[in-house]
Amino acid sequence: MKIETKYSGETEINPSNIIHFEQGVPSFEEEKQFVLLPFSEEPSPFYILQSTITPGLAFMVMTPFQFFPKYEAKLADNVIEQLEIDNEEDVALFVILTLRDELVDSTANLRGPIVINSKKQKGKQIVLNESSYETKHPLATFAAAGQKER
Amino acid sequence: MLVLTRKTNEAIKIGDDIEIKVLSVDGDQVKIGISAPRHVDIHRKEVYLSIQEENNAAANNSSVDVLQQLIKKGKF
Repeated sequence: MKIETKYSGETEINPSNIIHFEQGVPSFEEEKQFVLLPFSEEPSPFYILQSTITPGLAFMVMTPFQFFPKYEAKLADNVIEQLEIDNEEDVALFVILTLRDELVDSTANLRGPIVINSKKQKGKQIVLNESSYETKHPLATFAAAGQKER
Repeated sequence: MLVLTRKTNEAIKIGDDIEIKVLSVDGDQVKIGISAPRHVDIHRKEVYLSIQEENNAAANNSSVDVLQQLIKKGKF
């Protein structure tokens, strides 16, 4: 099927790749269907979480571990149940990016990661209640840390 | 808003399956226990609001150029 997207115009997607967010995401509670699109042709940790209903709604997300190897998100029992997670290996974790013109002003939301059960195509933005992670973690420090790891 | 006065170890029931219990009171801090079905998400309000606010900001990204710059620098 074809959908209109925010960043890449009309795009062909496979309906079986639609991820169902039963409760939407905070502030966008009515948005219950998204699809994950790669950001670039080159390999990168960046993806676009595009609403399949609203063309203008898309989040830039990234897999956090490349930038931040020690990142941890504990999944509460109710999340494991809601997403029908049987196996840890089926779980994909992303953080939402808030991008500005300059890297120094751009941030990653480590407090509210997106959890996807890739086997069941079910997703949810969780809120880490017991955590010191911030909603606005500077992306520039990530980039620097990523370099240091090499 | 419904207002109820409760003492330590007294509880409030909301509907059939939600119970909120006052576990302890220490000065202006109240420790509360909540029993609810698993499909009910429970959050500290200010944290939830900060996530909502950040999602609104993230949905209005001004530019994705910074990601292109990172990729071009060959960091991956």
